[in-house]
Amino acid sequence: MTEEVKVFRAWGSPFSYRVELALRLKGVAYEYIEEDLSNKSTLLLEYNPVHKKVPVLLHHGKPIAESLVILEYIEETWQENPILPKDPHERAVARFWSRFLDDKCSLALWMSCWTEGETQQNFMEQAKECLHLLEEELKGKKFFGGDSIGMVDIAASFIAHWLGVLEEMAGISLLDEEKYPNLCKWTEEFLKSDAVMECLPKRANLLASFQARKQAISATTASV
Amino acid sequence: MAEGENKGLVLLDFWVSPFGQRCRIALAEKGVEYEYREENLRDKSPLLLKSNPVHKKIPVLIDHGMPVCESLNIVQYIDEKWPDRAPLLPANPYARAQARFWADLVEKKVHPPSAFHLFVSCAAPGEAHFLRKFTYCIRFQMYESGTKLWKLKGEAQEEAKKEFIEIFKLLEGELGDKKYFGGETFGLVDIALVPFTAWFYSYEACANLSTEKEAPKLVSWAKRCRERESVSKSLPDPLKVYEFVCFLKKVYGIE
Repeated sequence: MTEEVKVFRAWGSPFSYRVELALRLKGVAYEYIEEDLSNKSTLLLEYNPVHKKVPVLLHHGKPIAESLVILEYIEETWQENPILPKDPHERAVARFWSRFLDDKCSLALWMSCWTEGETQQNFMEQAKECLHLLEEELKGKKFFGGDSIGMVDIAASFIAHWLGVLEEMAGISLLDEEKYPNLCKWTEEFLKSDAVMECLPKRANLLASFQARKQAISATTASV
Repeated sequence: MAEGENKGLVLLDFWVSPFGQRCRIALAEKGVEYEYREENLRDKSPLLLKSNPVHKKIPVLIDHGMPVCESLNIVQYIDEKWPDRAPLLPANPYARAQARFWADLVEKKVHPPSAFHLFVSCAAPGEAHFLRKFTYCIRFQMYESGTKLWKLKGEAQEEAKKEFIEIFKLLEGELGDKKYFGGETFGLVDIALVPFTAWFYSYEACANLSTEKEAPKLVSWAKRCRERESVSKSLPDPLKVYEFVCFLKKVYGIE
């Protein structure tokens, strides 16, 4: 029944995308509730009073927040197409890289595209180090999860889609094919999946939205 | 602290690290024997650098040569490796999700000064340089409220105190009248948070922040946790932690 599973999401958010992708990979039907992040609904604030953010997964009326926590819940609740390995050490490695993507990588990549000057240079250095580490981790594998898309791949979806758009908006290049051939191949493979493509926000729309945001920031000359 | 004979499990750690203490508590709860190795954070061992090449930080649990990094990751690994005793996470998926959520919150919001951050991140002493460099390395919206308590003065310190109290009140709200965060069973969230209670004395001494006054339920909860052997044997004496904080302040020329 579709009413059992709901996702509070925001169009364009790579974090809410993770949740939708995981559900689709497992063939779980769900309903989504679109949130306007500049005007959050009472329901969202009620279901995630601590962080007040998307995504929130609602299952049988019970809310779960934080995308990586939600992914673990999805894995434990629906056993089809596992996104985590069975072996405890391999699971620990998957969790490590998922956290790495969240804590270090996304920040460096994101900030590289929104800053300027020396600050930008610093972030770009960090971003390149992160990409290098991911490149090494991918060696000999089709996906981070091995032969099929797993939690780390889902966590890295930002790199497969959002990064290219941000690079274009910022006029910089980070994911260089010569330097990161494994990551570029991984992006190709990742984007071949139906589940991945079904709910990915359109590139042109993402670019337009980032460009509009950039213009708004320049207009107010706010520094990040 | 076993030396010599390789028991297959080695924990690379630093005595005052609350992150290392989480692992010690989890291992003790499961009654698992391991070798504890103290790292000199100013001169890290080749084993540490090889086992955690990405972050080069403690704690690292090495299980028959296979390293596991990041403290909460290690705790979950310990729980999954020895599922037959002292479960650290509840059985029900929704309750597990709640435990992970709150442990994640502790990770993001409660982050007192830990020696290795200072030794690794900071090339030169000086508060402003440290804070600037640090904000590059961490999430944009979060910062070490704990660090600010003993590093800053005046208005900035008051700001940090306010933030700290807010987080503790939030945690108290979640704890409620339960024995532990997970209810009757000591678990992941308790393990994530309890090591920071050894820093309460330092917060009081440096920032005049009385946790007894601001978060009495947490203080009672901390006392209950300390009644567990796994916790009392893993946590340092708060006075020793304070000595350490004073040492760091001297090294970095603060106050």
